[in-house]
Amino acid sequence: MKNKHIIWLKVVAWVVCLISLGDLLYRYFTQNLSANPIEFVTNETGQTALKLLIASLAITPMRKLSGWNWLIRFRRLLGLFAFFYAFLHLTTFVVLDKFFDWQEMLRDVTKRPFITVGVLSFVLMVPLAVTSMAWAIRKMGGKNWNLLHRLAYASAVLGVIHFWWKVKADITEPATFGAILAILLIYRIVVWSRSRLKAGAGTAAKAALASE
Amino acid sequence: MLIKKPEDFKYSEITPKNVYLNRRNFIAAAGMVGVGLAATKLIPDMLSPETNALGGTKLQFTKSDLSTKGEELTPYKDITSYNNFYEFGTHKDEPAIEAKNFKTSPWTVSIEGLVKKPQKLDLASIMKVSPLEERVYRMRCVEGWSMVIPWIGIPLNAIIKAAEPTPKAKYVAFQTLLDPKQMPGQREEILNWPYIEGLRLDEAMHPLTILAVGLHGETLPNQDGAPIRLVVPWKYGFKGIKSIVKISLVEKQPPTAWNVLAPSEYGFYSNVNPDVDHPRWSQATERRIGEFRRRKTLMFNGYADQVAKLYSGMDLTRNY
Ligand code: HEM
Repeated sequence: MKNKHIIWLKVVAWVVCLISLGDLLYRYFTQNLSANPIEFVTNETGQTALKLLIASLAITPMRKLSGWNWLIRFRRLLGLFAFFYAFLHLTTFVVLDKFFDWQEMLRDVTKRPFITVGVLSFVLMVPLAVTSMAWAIRKMGGKNWNLLHRLAYASAVLGVIHFWWKVKADITEPATFGAILAILLIYRIVVWSRSRLKAGAGTAAKAALASE
Repeated sequence: MLIKKPEDFKYSEITPKNVYLNRRNFIAAAGMVGVGLAATKLIPDMLSPETNALGGTKLQFTKSDLSTKGEELTPYKDITSYNNFYEFGTHKDEPAIEAKNFKTSPWTVSIEGLVKKPQKLDLASIMKVSPLEERVYRMRCVEGWSMVIPWIGIPLNAIIKAAEPTPKAKYVAFQTLLDPKQMPGQREEILNWPYIEGLRLDEAMHPLTILAVGLHGETLPNQDGAPIRLVVPWKYGFKGIKSIVKISLVEKQPPTAWNVLAPSEYGFYSNVNPDVDHPRWSQATERRIGEFRRRKTLMFNGYADQVAKLYSGMDLTRNY
């Protein structure tokens, strides 16, 4: 894919990533954030964060299956936007919902498992956002960097659990997110164990040759 | 649809006059196909906005002394666009859309069980059992938000007395209409349909407990539980079972919908209690719809003076 096309696709990706925020702003100005705007914004930003996080995890499998290597150039964008929405989500909680009532928030974090895993999910995203730049990859070395960025899976799993534990009765939505994430994880495991097998077979063959 | 109100309607200044969107954005999980961007949303379809199903018919009623005083009423628009009525969808904005064509007439409520005079009453007959009264009550949802709603209805005790309960009757069981054709939520196994609720007989006979047939001066909008629903102001909102078709007097404590689903989270009593948290969130505070800061939740939702004696000697931490 030509660079010119990539730039256009990046513009499209930015626009898509900003739709959720634009929608919230539009609703804010047209007074359409429902009867409970704070809840609306919390849920919307949380959902978008999780969607983009899972989308960023889907990039590698998509790239491998399609052979479109240029897809990799969108992974960081999606990941950083996921972090951006998670940050908005957290800010909504701290500022709008709890209005800096640190005591109550601390109680929430320690006593409410659904909040605890939400916070964990967010905490895991921080090192990923910090090391998202190219220089970090160079500095850390590709291998370490890749290892660290596996945390994205943990963050997404915790995000799904957070959502699952939040709903009262209808688990359709978190189950949908969970199913997509499970497919991505299974794909990863299959690829990984296949390469282990291959590597294993390779060393076994070498050993056999050497002993002859 | 343009929402029109009679000129003489006294709450007209706070009712919506214009078309508005109340549909939560349609969420498409498509995204950039093939790119793996699994998430995007469609901009709301502003050319064909969905509007509320309206109750519409004005009711004749008197104001009751039992109304809660000193509270600002929640606007009609909020009461009718932000609903938990899982029979019509689990998102707050869905009932207003999905219940629009719900048929509430003809409607019969059967009063049965341990009574000397079982009855099948249509809505007109129910409204004749006792004169309609306006009751302004706080409504505290178990999720941590609250409203102040001017209900129109009759005391539940009037209906029960008319049926003459036998001495064996100790509890009252309620049931919502079961009609998956009309109620899309019932086509999915979210709760164990039909929705069921229950009260102890003394709770049911308490003067604050009403069967509501209207709000803000008009018949109930479908999304608020038309044509007839229970209102028990010192209990969490889900006790207020909607679209009732059956009221039975029974001897044993009846099962209740949310308790059957999650017994550790929702008890039979479900009295509003700031000191007993939901296992997953605190009940100490609530957000009054229309307000920014949370406010403290009151014991028995502020009705302790009238109802605390019903529970004297009971451990409310265990009987949540
Ligand atoms: C930073 C710590 C976090 C806190 C304190 C937090 C808090 C919350 C709260 C209070 C709600 C419920 C809102 C309501 O019911 O009114 C919620 C919902 C949600 N959060 Fe979080 N969250 C955190 C991190 C995250 C992260 C990192 C993600 C995504 C990866 C996420 C995704 C969601 C989702 C999907 C929902 C449900 C949305 C819905 O029901 O439509 N949260 N969060």
